[in-house]
Amino acid sequence: MDFDKELDARGLSCPLPILKTKKSLNELTSGQVLKVVATDPGSIKDMQAFATQTGNPLLSTTEENKTYVFFLRKK
Amino acid sequence: MATLTEKMPLIATDAALDRAISERIDRLFDQRLEAKLAELKAAKTPSMTIIATKGTLDWGYPPFILASTAAALGWDVSMFFTFYGLELLKKDLRKLKVSPLGNPAMPMKMPMGPAWFKSIQWNIPNAVQSVIPAYEAFATKMMKKTIKKSGVADLGELRGLCIEAGVNLIACQMTVDLFGYKHSDFIPEVKDYVGAATFLPMAKDADVSLFI
Repeated sequence: MDFDKELDARGLSCPLPILKTKKSLNELTSGQVLKVVATDPGSIKDMQAFATQTGNPLLSTTEENKTYVFFLRKK
Repeated sequence: MATLTEKMPLIATDAALDRAISERIDRLFDQRLEAKLAELKAAKTPSMTIIATKGTLDWGYPPFILASTAAALGWDVSMFFTFYGLELLKKDLRKLKVSPLGNPAMPMKMPMGPAWFKSIQWNIPNAVQSVIPAYEAFATKMMKKTIKKSGVADLGELRGLCIEAGVNLIACQMTVDLFGYKHSDFIPEVKDYVGAATFLPMAKDADVSLFI
């Protein structure tokens, strides 16, 4: 998937992946896509909740070798 | 007599009309109320207030984690720091300690070594803990190591993220006086020094209000 910015949140624990995702989204303009890579297992549910609460659609979530990749579109 | 009979149907019609109007209004009101409430809920920015009363390293985390996360979700957040919670507003958070003494739920584990070693629970009785010199300093050092190794944010970093996200930090003036502190002991980002009477109306209007 094409993206405009990538955030490496590997090795970070709750709530840092969410806080850094929020900060990165702030740097994007509406419609742009952010890729987030995380290793915190709690981030799967948390990213979904964050997307619902803030209205920035979560385009996809994938897992590979305990690494989670999220794509979010800035609303 | 003739006049009265003439008026009778009219009275009956008025009553029926009133009833019909009233029923219609009730129906419309219910429909519109639902839509209006949903609209108001969608437009409202959620808010949270937290009362932070503890000043040890372990107790410092929950208020700052919840506040920073709520701010990231776009909520309005205000934190009221009172009693030992004021420690969380001091300029240097590195001085905060954690004490295993009288803290029976705290796991005592080593942050280094192989997995089997790290999984050992070091049950040390309170009576022993209390006589070992610098036991608290040692426990704090171990806790900080564990925090760093697991990628958990440093408390100062977390507080910084709260400030950056616009969380309102409010200090209890009464406790500042009680403990003989000066405003200059605290970070300049403290928005206000107030009493319970100022904070409670904020908590009253908040969607979430926590005492930690």
